[in-house]
Amino acid sequence: MLSASDLEAIWLTFKVATTVTVILLLIGTPIAWWLARTRSRLKGPVGAIVALPLVLPPTVLGFYLLIAMGPNGFIGQLTQELGIGTLPFTFWGLIVASVFYSLPFVVQPIQNAIEAIGERPLEVAATLRAGSWDRFFTIVLPLAKPGFITAAILGFTHTVGEFGVVLMIGGNIPGQTRVVSVQIYDHVEALEYDQAHKLAAIMVIFSFLVLLGLYSFQRKNTLWGAK
Amino acid sequence: MPTNNTTTENTESIENTEKGLYARFHLQHSNTKSSGFALNVDLTLPESGLTAIFGQSGSGKTTLLRCIAGLERAQQGHFVMKGEIWQSDTIFLPTHKRPLGYVFQESSLFTHLTAKGNLDYAIKRSGIPLPANLYEQVIDLMGIESVLTNNSQQLSGGEKQRVAIARALLIQPKLLLMDEPLASLDNARKQEILPYLEKLRSTLKTPILYVSHSVEEVMRLADHVVLMQDGKVATQGHVEEVFSQLKSPLLVNNDTGVIWQGKIIEQDNKWHLSKVSCAGSDLWIRNNGDTLGQNVRVRILATDVSLTLTYHEDSSILNRLPVKVLEIVADKDPAMALVRLQTEQNTLIARLTYRSVEHLALAEGKALWAQIKSVALVR
Repeated sequence: MLSASDLEAIWLTFKVATTVTVILLLIGTPIAWWLARTRSRLKGPVGAIVALPLVLPPTVLGFYLLIAMGPNGFIGQLTQELGIGTLPFTFWGLIVASVFYSLPFVVQPIQNAIEAIGERPLEVAATLRAGSWDRFFTIVLPLAKPGFITAAILGFTHTVGEFGVVLMIGGNIPGQTRVVSVQIYDHVEALEYDQAHKLAAIMVIFSFLVLLGLYSFQRKNTLWGAK
Repeated sequence: MPTNNTTTENTESIENTEKGLYARFHLQHSNTKSSGFALNVDLTLPESGLTAIFGQSGSGKTTLLRCIAGLERAQQGHFVMKGEIWQSDTIFLPTHKRPLGYVFQESSLFTHLTAKGNLDYAIKRSGIPLPANLYEQVIDLMGIESVLTNNSQQLSGGEKQRVAIARALLIQPKLLLMDEPLASLDNARKQEILPYLEKLRSTLKTPILYVSHSVEEVMRLADHVVLMQDGKVATQGHVEEVFSQLKSPLLVNNDTGVIWQGKIIEQDNKWHLSKVSCAGSDLWIRNNGDTLGQNVRVRILATDVSLTLTYHEDSSILNRLPVKVLEIVADKDPAMALVRLQTEQNTLIARLTYRSVEHLALAEGKALWAQIKSVALVR
């Protein structure tokens, strides 16, 4: 069966993915809201930056994050000032990197869902005395719910599936940064194909089931949330 | 969305605005989509009854309504509602702080709620306790009892619009704004809702601003008409007054005609006719199941009025009235003239050929008889 270190890797992966998903929903929603509704000229550049992880090799992203979070980087200096030390090769370093890495997978479905609602329901709610927070919770959230669910699932699964960024920023510390994908890599390096097979198969089945669930839940919608 | 810069203390005192509605807006669209459009209005509106804001599409009537609601922010704006300042140079109440109700052109129900859920959304936020029976009255007025539990997406177009109107009423507005509530509906649905709007108009004490580009709706519903053209107010006044003007842009081609207010004073059951008394002039109309004493509004098209120098007994025309010529102006058609006539206390318009004008030697002040071929009951 699975070894203790395999189980540890699975548990860690779950912890990372859950934490990242929660953080992403919290910071991704305002970004998505802004991108969906702004008429600012910054919409293009900001949208492009959010989408960068979609096309960049994870090593590039990991490399810059490593430098930024390192002792001389601006994030690193900030964290040192705060007395947390530097983030690379720690659990929270991995979280920060994963948040950047999975950002577009959360922002874009929410953004599309909010854009699909349009201006009108919010105007209607305003004429019914609903203030901005009221409008967000009673109109936007329920109407954009499919987008939020897609965003959460994609953010979670995409974080589970990351590898390159983890290697660059997290290394391979058991219980800290050694997630399933890294564990599989280790097994293969050590020619433990049996172990690798088990974990790899778990990943395939997990990912398939999640996507199957997502597609059946959102029959009417595409993966990206909008119609 | 309007930004929040709310100042609720009305320190400015504006005279003559304690009653009525005062609106002044200057708005210039700068985006290319509607380039060149500017709204420039300065209006005082009656504080009760239904005021129709009428105009062709692109005349700025919807923009005016949106400015009043605070959904659009004019560069310069001023709006005072019975002494309450909603917008001035220093004040801009965001939409959700304005005590208004708004009915949008197309269905605007929240799709994630049932019909009743939509009504409750308004009731919860109205800020005024729901008076006993108001809920039942509104449901009854709009005839939506049977669809309340339905999901809003399952309703027909007409039902959706009636629920939307009910929702706007349940917020208990001090001003009801309606933006072409019938425009998105086919004619059958329109005829279904118009009676509800008529009832609403006569039941509600709240002033209603009603945007429309339909002459029919204006004739049936309006007490007061504001005519918009190119972002400006072309003319405004009481509905009868506005319709009796010869050069009103309200009147296009064969639509020219006047509106009279009257009361049914006699019924002839043998011939199925009703006699309507309109400020001293009596007219016979077909009895459409009206009741004695009912207040009605009739429309007389200029094409249905002909003139004779003497009283003709030997004619099939039922309605003959003594009139005096007020003015003669040219119609768009070079062969035709529009003649404005004075009856007892009303104005009548006749559309004649210039040949007839000359043949009858019509001139200002000349007395003669108007024969009215048909009178349409507007409501």
